[in-house]
Amino acid sequence: MSKEENIKNELVNKFAYLGGNINVPRPRRIFLEATQENFKEVFVYIAKQLKFSHLCTITGLDEGEKLSFIYHMADDSGILLNFKISVLKENPVLKTVTDCFPGAEIYERELVDLLGAKVEGLPEGNRYPLTDDWPLDQFPLRKDWKGANNA
Amino acid sequence: MHNSKKFKIPVGPQHPALKEPESFSIALKGEKIMGVDIRLGYNHRGIEKGCEERSYIQAVYLVERICGICSHSHSTCFVQAVEEIAGLQVPLRALYIRTLVGELERVHSHLLWLGVAGHEIGFDTLLMYSWRDREVVMDLLSQLTGNRVNYGINTLGGVRRDISKEEVEDILKGVGILEERTKYYIDLALTETTIIKRLSGVGVLSYDDTLRLDAVGPTARASGVARDVRKDDPYAAYSEIAVNVITDTHCDVYGRTIVRVKELMESFKMIRQLLKNLPDGPIAVKAPRQIPAGEALSRYEAPRGEDVHYVKANGTEKPERVKVRAPTLANVQAVKHMLKDRFLADMPIVVAAIDPCFSCTDRLISINDKETINWQALHAYSIEWYKHQGIDFSAINKKFRDNFKG
Repeated sequence: MSKEENIKNELVNKFAYLGGNINVPRPRRIFLEATQENFKEVFVYIAKQLKFSHLCTITGLDEGEKLSFIYHMADDSGILLNFKISVLKENPVLKTVTDCFPGAEIYERELVDLLGAKVEGLPEGNRYPLTDDWPLDQFPLRKDWKGANNA
Repeated sequence: MHNSKKFKIPVGPQHPALKEPESFSIALKGEKIMGVDIRLGYNHRGIEKGCEERSYIQAVYLVERICGICSHSHSTCFVQAVEEIAGLQVPLRALYIRTLVGELERVHSHLLWLGVAGHEIGFDTLLMYSWRDREVVMDLLSQLTGNRVNYGINTLGGVRRDISKEEVEDILKGVGILEERTKYYIDLALTETTIIKRLSGVGVLSYDDTLRLDAVGPTARASGVARDVRKDDPYAAYSEIAVNVITDTHCDVYGRTIVRVKELMESFKMIRQLLKNLPDGPIAVKAPRQIPAGEALSRYEAPRGEDVHYVKANGTEKPERVKVRAPTLANVQAVKHMLKDRFLADMPIVVAAIDPCFSCTDRLISINDKETINWQALHAYSIEWYKHQGIDFSAINKKFRDNFKG
């Protein structure tokens, strides 16, 4: 059995609710989805126990009524695990992962600025990447955003 | 100034050392840096959003313009993701050409960095030497692709230009010259006191901190972390050739210098392998205008480290989402750590040592009264100009030319 399949089985054995939510579309790629409530325990397990110790980046997506976030994590053998969670757009609250990956700070700020995510536990700091005078209710990567001047 | 007081000085966004805008707010106590606050985003151009409003093929050219130095890295990373979603079987010859241009790009980027590093430590001779040598690879890139930067060689499903037998010969000749020069740079890095003393112990990033802060590329490899996408997650033609990952355990700017100059030699080896085994066949397959719904994540080892592109397709002619993470963003957190408790005077070289990306679109050929001056004419002109100033470079120039030919 491939290493990717082993990882998939290990995750399903540990967290039964993940069954059916894990895909291995090609060698070295795993796609996985969890709910907001289960996010942190699965995330910590993947980072610490499964040794996916490199967080490449976090992608934010506008999917209509929901905002989704994909955490792209790599291990030393080149396998990339894409861990997705979705939250309601009305209250897009996420838990920070800077406790596991201090380098994630800038990726989370990007989600705050461009998609309007609220990241619980993210330390105070400069905005990224928008300017300090950018309106706080304008999120350029949302699909319904038409430009600050036309809103 | 009273030593017990901390005060903050702003450096940037019009930066004294770097050619791109970023702002550092540095808390100092005497000459010592107590903390660094970095503000980025001055160059945010909305390219990700721009891609959503363009067709896939237009997006290839847009992402190529993310960076002036590693433009090929971004376009390759992007087309790989789209090709994966569309299920395109890219011909092997195209993958070889992509990899070849990628390695030539790395050579030009590392030589450029070496010059910048030399300049930041007041060793401008090194800047002059390495940037002169860099012209060899710039000319090759120009010959192969038609451009010195933003090569436009990639397209969905393959590459846009084939390479001829004569071009293969020219590349081998150029690589031969650069290999000799790189041996000199390696010798310089390992023995030259100015470099060793100025760079050792500066910008320290330990092995553990590298892992903790998720640094990438030569910055990580110089701290003993053997992370290289070409080896770990091979793309293009890297699974067909031998990839040797260079690491170093100095964990400082000196280590980063050694890693980069040694990586130049590895690039030359890879270029030779690619040219030796270059398969025959087509250079592209036809890509559909509409890409079926799906998602893919592509990684690429750019000269500065891991480049990441995520693409989501929705079945139309335009991507649903394109996400880009360039290597410098991954290394920024590490810079904060490297500067802490160091002297202010170390700041330019520490920042430059992660090789932050800045645009380079200069050409050595200038247009004067609609007449083009080529390199030889410009060179002869510069020697004449200095003669008028009372300085004669003819003898030293002849000596250099003879050495270069040898």
